Amino acid sequence: MAYVEETHDALIVGGGGAGLRAAIQLSEAGHQVALISKVFPTRSHTVAAQGGINAALGNADGHDDWRWHMYDTIMGSDFMGDQDAIEYMCKHAPQSIIELEHMGMPFSRDENGKIYQRAFGGQTREYGKKSVHRTCAAADRTGHAMLHTLFQQNVAHKTKFYHEWYVIDLLFSDQQEIAGVIALCIETGEIRLLRSRFTLLATGGAGRIYQSTTNAYTCTGDGLGMVARAGLALQDMEMWQFHPTGIAGAGVLVTEGCRGEGGFLVNREGERYMERYSPHMKDLACRDVVSRSSMIEIREGRGCGPNQDHVFLKLEHLGEKVLQKRLPGITEISKTFANVDPAKQPIPVVPTCHYLMGGIPTTRLGEVIKVIDQKDHIVPRLFAAGECACVSVHGANRLGANSLLDLVVFGRACGIQIHQHLQQGASLPNIDKDRLEKVISRMETMNTRKKGISVSQVRSKMQTIMQQDFGVFRTGDTMASGLQKLKDLVAQHERETILSDHSQVFNTARVEAYELDNLLSVALSTAYSAFERKESRGAHARVDFPDRDDEKWHCHSIYLEGKIGKRPVNMKPLETDSVPLQAREG
Amino acid sequence: MEVQIYRYQPEKAKKPYMQTFHVNPDKITGIMLLDALESIKTQDDTLGFRRSCGGGVCGSDGMNINGKNGLACQTTLDSLGDKVVIRPLPGMPVIRDLIVDLTRFYKQYESVKPYLKNRQDNPDKERLQSVEDRDKLDGHYECILCACCTTSCPSFWWNPDEFVGPAGLLWACRFILDSRDTEEAARLEDLEGLYRLYRCRGIMNCADVCPKGLNPSQAIHKIQSRMRQKATG
Repeated sequence: MAYVEETHDALIVGGGGAGLRAAIQLSEAGHQVALISKVFPTRSHTVAAQGGINAALGNADGHDDWRWHMYDTIMGSDFMGDQDAIEYMCKHAPQSIIELEHMGMPFSRDENGKIYQRAFGGQTREYGKKSVHRTCAAADRTGHAMLHTLFQQNVAHKTKFYHEWYVIDLLFSDQQEIAGVIALCIETGEIRLLRSRFTLLATGGAGRIYQSTTNAYTCTGDGLGMVARAGLALQDMEMWQFHPTGIAGAGVLVTEGCRGEGGFLVNREGERYMERYSPHMKDLACRDVVSRSSMIEIREGRGCGPNQDHVFLKLEHLGEKVLQKRLPGITEISKTFANVDPAKQPIPVVPTCHYLMGGIPTTRLGEVIKVIDQKDHIVPRLFAAGECACVSVHGANRLGANSLLDLVVFGRACGIQIHQHLQQGASLPNIDKDRLEKVISRMETMNTRKKGISVSQVRSKMQTIMQQDFGVFRTGDTMASGLQKLKDLVAQHERETILSDHSQVFNTARVEAYELDNLLSVALSTAYSAFERKESRGAHARVDFPDRDDEKWHCHSIYLEGKIGKRPVNMKPLETDSVPLQAREG
Repeated sequence: MEVQIYRYQPEKAKKPYMQTFHVNPDKITGIMLLDALESIKTQDDTLGFRRSCGGGVCGSDGMNINGKNGLACQTTLDSLGDKVVIRPLPGMPVIRDLIVDLTRFYKQYESVKPYLKNRQDNPDKERLQSVEDRDKLDGHYECILCACCTTSCPSFWWNPDEFVGPAGLLWACRFILDSRDTEEAARLEDLEGLYRLYRCRGIMNCADVCPKGLNPSQAIHKIQSRMRQKATG
């Protein structure tokens, strides 16, 4: 296989919020950084985030404190988030948001001209005592506003982009350092070896392992698959967030900001059922709590519609003015995808796969780690940030509007780390030819097989298994059978999946075939991890183990090549008090 | 329903052709044209089109649908009738099937310096902006760069290297209108001349096709009016 070699100081894989934020840091400092993205960066899925981004600015409530934000994030994570990392994120949140504003992000404003902040799920003041408005918003298009702003700053700083290039695998040196990536130019079919001193994975989520998801078609867990193929670990892969309000049937997201602005959920009897499940937080309880409540309503026959398979989100009482000012995108989305005018009718919604809390384990500064003999070791020259990373700031359940925050805080942190390493004069690692050969032989296999099962068939089977056996509620029996089906499917995939189109020019079928390998890695690690964790915590709700079991399972799960290990949760923030284990409402 | 799709595969045939597929809307998952295209792709995976979010915000799947540019992911099948003709966005070089080369589109977008410029030092906190000033950005910042407008503009077809086109000008207007931007004069000066701004002939296809309901034509008028104010001092 012919390929050209190229060298950069730093490579960033992924052009969403985390990748773009890191790129700004490095371009601004004058480093030779290249950002590789399989889509033009403004098509990345950060664009679809709606409700906002959390920071304790205190614009709406007079005073707010990042320690309260930290407390909420830890409680929300059901104590599975690493407290040193959460401390870092919440402490750096205000500064990160101010930077975005200075970059030109068009935040909505309050009457004082400050950034508008709204209420969101799971957030409080004074350690759970009062409600808070902490979520900075640009109407209900915060992700769009942020992604475009970050991209535009990269235009200003003349970052080098590889638009519509697909990274196939990581490259290693013979010292087991990361030495760059091998990538495919989607437009021409050219293969390039991109060597680099440092590599940042910012490849986003993998929601397409499920049949129904708010995630883009392109959320295929590419970074996670690459890491798994390279023999590195994935962490907390059982922890998938189901967003309470995906439009029934379409899967399109309806922001939690709707409930933040005063909307609420009702069942077929018109009952505002969250008052029953979470008397204190009600509709603004954490997402795992609300999604479980909605699923119970549906299972117990109180769902809405002819098939009783969804619930209603009511916004009519907010009035057209609030909808137009604060939720214009939702009005548009509801009309397009649910054929409903939210000023007049309720929106049919159902819990829908939305976000992966797990991912590539990193230190609180984004350095990727591997676990050997229960000790953390840094993988030299490799970083991860954003949804593909598991820092872990979200633990077992992410708070709404903490994901955009995660992107900018840790994208920035990785940029700073790489910058410091480069300043110290890092050498260029060599390429281990044996490992490169393995990567190339995988690429060539795809071209040689003549008969078999199609990519879309395998993908569809995987999505059915995940949807049926690894959804909101899980049980040991169905997961065992799901895991077996998945193992069989993976075995069949490795023997039989074919790529019938071998053309070079913009061959999307080839890209989808590569993506399928990654999706299957993610699905398999999810299934193994979910089956092993014999307790209920955050988004992982087991019917056969309904309680949290801190004695046995207050730990991260580490998936490595079909085996599950445990890793302690960090309970030691650096400068503030630890939040001790305690019960959580709902 | 019958879906006719423009096919061009440079490695297989020199010339493009139209290919007809039959789709039963009751048998596919979803109600949008994109769902139909995905279903066609499971039968013929050589069909090339871009898509990402599937929810009308990433701007990947702009195409020409029954003669009008739009996003496949938010065009319902029942709005299309029994026969649908799908072509790539007009006026751009076709790479493969429904995938066009958007280099010129992006180049014009970048040419308006689409980022906030402010000569003053950054304050410690956010810059203040009144609700009224922020309201001016509504209708201007929501562009998703799908290129539906620019590729429906005859003036852009004629002068793609000289005329900025509706999307780029909408972005130019977004920064001119931003109370936090200090470079209005330079931005206006940059759009002087016969082509960059003034090649707009008020045809208004842009406003007609924008899948986000934006009005680039009106934004162009706003810039022109500021130009006149500047000229008359």
